[in-house]
Amino acid sequence: MNTRQSAGTAEATRTTYREALREGLREALRQDDRVFLMGEDVGRYGGCFGVSLGLLEEFGPDRIRDTPLSESAFVGAGIGAALGGMRPVVEIMTVNFSLLALDQIMNNAATLLHMSGGQLNVPIVIRMTTGAGRQLAAQHSHSLEGWYAHIPGIRVLTPATLDDARHMLAAALADPDPVLLFEHGSLYNAEGVLDGTIDAVGLDSASVRRPGTDVSVITYGGSLPKALAAAETLAEDGISAEVVDLRSLRPLDDATVLESVARTHRAVIVDEGWRSGSISAEVMARITEQSFYELDAPLRRVCSQEVPMPYARQLEEAALPQPASIVAAARKAVA
Amino acid sequence: MPSLGADMDEGTLVEWLVTRGAEVARGDVIAVVETAKSTIEVECFESGTVTEFLIEPGTTVAVGTPLAVIAPAGPTPAPGPPVPLPVPAEAVPAEAVPATPLVRHQAAVEGVSLQAVHGTGRGGRIRRADVAEAARSGPARVIASPLARRLAESLGVDLSTVRGTGSRGAVKADDVRAAAGTGGGKPARRGAVGEPAGPRPAATQTPAARPAGDRLAIARLMSRAKREIPHYYLSTTVDLAAALEWMHRRNSTLPVTERLVPAALLLKAVARAAREVPELNGHWREDRFVPAAGVRLGTAVSLRGGGLVAPALADVDRMPLADVMAAMKDLVLRARRGRLRASETADPTLTVTNLGDQGVESVLGVIYPPQVAMVGLGRVTDRPVAVDGMLAVHPTVTATLSADHRASDGATGARFLTALDRLLQHPEDL
Amino acid sequence: MSTTTKRASGPKRAGGSRRPSGPPADEPRPGRDHRLEVLRQMLLIRRFEERCVELYSAAEIRGFVHLYIGEEAVAVGVGQALREEDAVVSTYREHGHALARGVPSDAVMAEMFGKVTGCSRGRGGSMHLFDAERRFYGGNAIVAGGLPLAAGLALADRMRGTERVTCCFFGDGAYAEGEFHETANLAALWQLPLLLVCENNLYAMGTSLAREHAQTNLAMRAASYGMPAWTVDGMDVTAVEAVARRAADSVRSGGGPHFLEARTYRFRAHSMYDPDRYRSKDEIARWKARDPLVELEQRMRAEGILDDPATKRLEEDVTSEIDAAVRSAGAAPYEPVADLLRFVTSTTGSTR
Repeated sequence: MNTRQSAGTAEATRTTYREALREGLREALRQDDRVFLMGEDVGRYGGCFGVSLGLLEEFGPDRIRDTPLSESAFVGAGIGAALGGMRPVVEIMTVNFSLLALDQIMNNAATLLHMSGGQLNVPIVIRMTTGAGRQLAAQHSHSLEGWYAHIPGIRVLTPATLDDARHMLAAALADPDPVLLFEHGSLYNAEGVLDGTIDAVGLDSASVRRPGTDVSVITYGGSLPKALAAAETLAEDGISAEVVDLRSLRPLDDATVLESVARTHRAVIVDEGWRSGSISAEVMARITEQSFYELDAPLRRVCSQEVPMPYARQLEEAALPQPASIVAAARKAVA
Repeated sequence: MPSLGADMDEGTLVEWLVTRGAEVARGDVIAVVETAKSTIEVECFESGTVTEFLIEPGTTVAVGTPLAVIAPAGPTPAPGPPVPLPVPAEAVPAEAVPATPLVRHQAAVEGVSLQAVHGTGRGGRIRRADVAEAARSGPARVIASPLARRLAESLGVDLSTVRGTGSRGAVKADDVRAAAGTGGGKPARRGAVGEPAGPRPAATQTPAARPAGDRLAIARLMSRAKREIPHYYLSTTVDLAAALEWMHRRNSTLPVTERLVPAALLLKAVARAAREVPELNGHWREDRFVPAAGVRLGTAVSLRGGGLVAPALADVDRMPLADVMAAMKDLVLRARRGRLRASETADPTLTVTNLGDQGVESVLGVIYPPQVAMVGLGRVTDRPVAVDGMLAVHPTVTATLSADHRASDGATGARFLTALDRLLQHPEDL
Repeated sequence: MSTTTKRASGPKRAGGSRRPSGPPADEPRPGRDHRLEVLRQMLLIRRFEERCVELYSAAEIRGFVHLYIGEEAVAVGVGQALREEDAVVSTYREHGHALARGVPSDAVMAEMFGKVTGCSRGRGGSMHLFDAERRFYGGNAIVAGGLPLAAGLALADRMRGTERVTCCFFGDGAYAEGEFHETANLAALWQLPLLLVCENNLYAMGTSLAREHAQTNLAMRAASYGMPAWTVDGMDVTAVEAVARRAADSVRSGGGPHFLEARTYRFRAHSMYDPDRYRSKDEIARWKARDPLVELEQRMRAEGILDDPATKRLEEDVTSEIDAAVRSAGAAPYEPVADLLRFVTSTTGSTR
C-alpha cells in the first residue's frame, strides 16, 4: 500500500470507521467544490448508517443532496454529473439495492470510456454498505462486491481499516474512472486509533496486515478483523499466519498475494461472498496460474454458506466465515 | 493366463476350443485369448483331461491367473493343480516386502513400486496379479505438493523414495528437505496439529486417463528400450542386382504359388547373418548378454486394423527358401486373422522390421528388449551404382542395424552388415 | 398544407386540455437560408441512411443498424433549437441525432465501418456514436438508459450555474421503463435544465403503443410529474422546430424540465430488416404519404424558395458528401488489435 506520511508530527486520534468515513467526505467537500454527496437520506437523516451526519449543516442541501428512492435515476444522474464536470459521491444504502442501479453502473459507468473510444471519463464514486452480521436477513446482508469486481472499467475498493476508511475516498475521487467503495456494515462501529502520520493511501496494492511465515490468510473488508482474530488464535498453537488485506478487488494486486504465498507456501482465502464464482475463486485461480510451484498444500477457502442470509442469529453466524472456521482451514493447510 | 509377450499384463479369454472332460495333449490349442495387441491361440503344456474351467469367456484376467484345471492322464488321477503358469511361492524374500523374485522382476519391468502394492497372497504375499493390478491402475503416482516437486527436482531427490507426512500421505516440501538432509524446517509442530499421516493409499488414487491398451503396452516397452538400451546405428546399401536376377530366373520356372518375393531372400539372409554373428542374436539379461541357441527371427507385421505384432519365425537360417516363403505367408495370414500361436509370440532372438512397402528408404529401429539388435530394411529401389568403374542402375536396399552397445560394439555390427551384403550377393547359396 | 394549419394541429398543451398552444405569433418567420439548411440536414440524414442500407447489404457495415428514415424532422427540428454549448443524449437509433448535432458524416460513416477514424474509434458502431467535443453523449443502446445520464448532465449544469440545456431523445418504448419515470420525477423535483424529447413512432420494436401503455396520452402522463409537456406533429419539421425552441428557451431560463412528444413514424424496419408483421401495409403507406422531406420541399416550393435547380444542387451536394464519407471510411485503417485494452480505464493501463 502506498501511503503518504504527513510532514509534521500528527498525533494519533481515537475514532470509529464511521467517523473516519465522514472525515474523508468532509475533507473532500471542503477541498473541491465539484464534489457533492447524493443518495437516499444522506442529508436531513444523516445517512442510513449515520456516515453523513452533520454534513448537510456544513455544506447545504445542494451538495448534500437527498434523493428520491430511485437508485437507477440518481446513480445515472451521478454518472451524467461526472460527465458534466462534477465529482459526485453517490451513496446507495446497501449493495442489495444497488441492483436497481446495476444497469447504470454496468452499461454506462463502466463502458462509456471504452464505448466512446476514450472520449468520456466518468469520475464518479459510488459508496454502499455491504455484508452481513447484523441480523438484517436476505435483502440487506449480501456481499456482492465480487460481482462488481467482474466488470472491467470500474475500480472496486473494500476499506477494512480506519486509515483506509479515512483516506480511500480522496484517492477514489482523484481517479478519472468510476470507483465503487464497499463499506462493510459490521465495521461502522469499529473503534481504533487513526494513524495520524498517514495523509494519503494508494489504491493499487493489497496490504499485509500481519506478517507470518506458515500460511497466508487472504481476505478483505468485513472479514479482515475475523482473519486477524484467527491469526491470533493460530499463533497460540505456534502457527504463524500472514494476513493479507486485498483492499481492492479490481484491480486485484496479484503481486502482494503471490509474494505472500511465496513466503508461506500455503493459503486460505476468506470471502464473505458465496463460494461459487466468487472473488475467492478468482484469487485461487491466480495463485495456481502464477505460483503453482510455490504451493505446499492445496489452497483452501472460507466463504459464506450458499444460502440467502437468514435472520436468526445462530443461523446467520453459521452462514458466515468466522474466526473458528478460518482457524480450522489454516490448520488443515499447514497439516 | 499365459504371458504371450514381454509387454503383456493381462488377457481376455475369447473362447474355449475344448469342452469339459476333453482329453488334451501337450501342444494342443485349447483356447483363444485376446491381448492388447492381438488374438492368440493358447497351447496347453500338459496332457490330461480338462476337469474344470476357472474362467468364463469374455473375462479379462491378469497374466498368471489359472484358466482351467487339467487332470494328468494316468491311472491315479490326482486333483489337478492350476496349470498355466502357476506362481511358485516358495522363495522367502529377504526384504520386508513379501514377494518372489519373479514378482520382483515383473514389478521392475512394469515400473511398479512393490511398497505401493497390496498383496493378496498367503501372508500378504504379493502375487503377479497384484503387480499387474497395480500396473493397470497406472504407475504408482507419488502424491506431492507442487513445491515439493520443484524442490525434489532442484535437490535431486527421488520423490518415490520420500515418505510423505501430509494428508493422504502427500510429500510436502519439508519431507523433501528432510530426505535431502537440508533441514526439515518445523515438522514437530506441524505433526502436533496435523492429521495423522497414514500409509500412502495407492489403490485409492484415480488412475489418469490411459491410452488404449496396445498403445500403452508399446509405449511402456519402447520407453524402457530407449531408457535402458544404449543404441548404436549402422547402415549399408546392398546391391540386389544379383539376388533379384537369380530370383526372377528361378521364379520363371515355378508355378505362381511357389514363387519367391525379395522379402524371403532378405529374411533368410538376415537369419544367416545372425547365425554368423551370434553376438547380435540373443538377449540381455541381468547385466549380461545371453546368446540364443537358434535364430528366432521376429518379423514385424502391421495389422489391418492398426497396430503391430512381431511373431517369431524359428530356424529361418536353416530353412530352404521355399519354406521361408511359405512360413512368411502363413504367419502374415494368421497374424492378420488374429490366430497366432503362443509359441510364435515367445521371445524372438532378433527382430527385422521392413518398412519398404511403406515407401521409406531406411529404418533406424528401436530394439525390443531384451533383444540386443534390430535389423531395418528399406524399400528395394533402383539407384545408380558404380560397377567396374562404370555407372549402372541397380536395384538396391538400405539395411540398417540398431544394436545394443552393452552387448556389442560397432565392429560386431559392421561384421553383421558385411555378412548380410555378402550373403545377398550369392543367392544361390541361400 | 400551410404552415399555419400545421402549427394549429401541432403542439398541444397536455394535462387534459387539448387546446392548441402554438408558439407566439411574433416569432420570426424562418428565412430562406435557414429553410434550406434544415432541408439539407434532413436530406443528408435520409441519403446517409439509404447508403447505409446498401453498405449493410454489401457487408461493409455489420451489427445492429437502426434506421431513422421517416423521423428526420424530429432530430433536425429539435437540433435547431439547441446551441453549441448544449448537450444531447441519444438512443441506438441515433444517426440522425448525431448528424443533426454536427458530428461529421465521415466520422459517423467510419464508425459504421468499424474504423479507427470513427467517432468512437470503431468501438461503438452504429449504436454508440459519441462526440465529446460536440457534447453528443451517445449512442445508448439500453432502452431508457440514457435518461438518468441526461438528468445528471443537467444537474451538473444546474449546480455550476450555467445556462446550458441537456436534450435527451428516447422513444415510446423507453417511456414504459422505470428509468424514464424515475428520471422525470427527479428532474422535475430538482428543476433540472432537461429537455425530454419522446420520439413516439408508435412501436416499441414490434409492440404498438396501445399494446404497451394503458394510457397512451404520453404528454398528459409526463405532465403529471409537474413539468410542461407538449405533443407535436413529428412529421412537420417547422412545427417541431418551433415547439422545441419554445421548450428549450424555457428550460434555459430556469423553467425546469420540459417534455415533448413528437408523433412520428419509422418507414423502415426496427433494425436493418424485419418482416414487418406487426404493421399493416396500409398504415405504412399512409405515413409515407406524410414524408417529412416531401412535405418540407413542397412547402418551400409553394413559398417560392425552392426550385428544381436548387433541389438538384442540394442532392448533388449531399451525395458528394456521403461519397466522400464512404471513400474515407473505406480507406481508413482499423485500430490495431494491440490497442484492444485501451480505454477500459484511464490510469491503471491494465484491466487486472
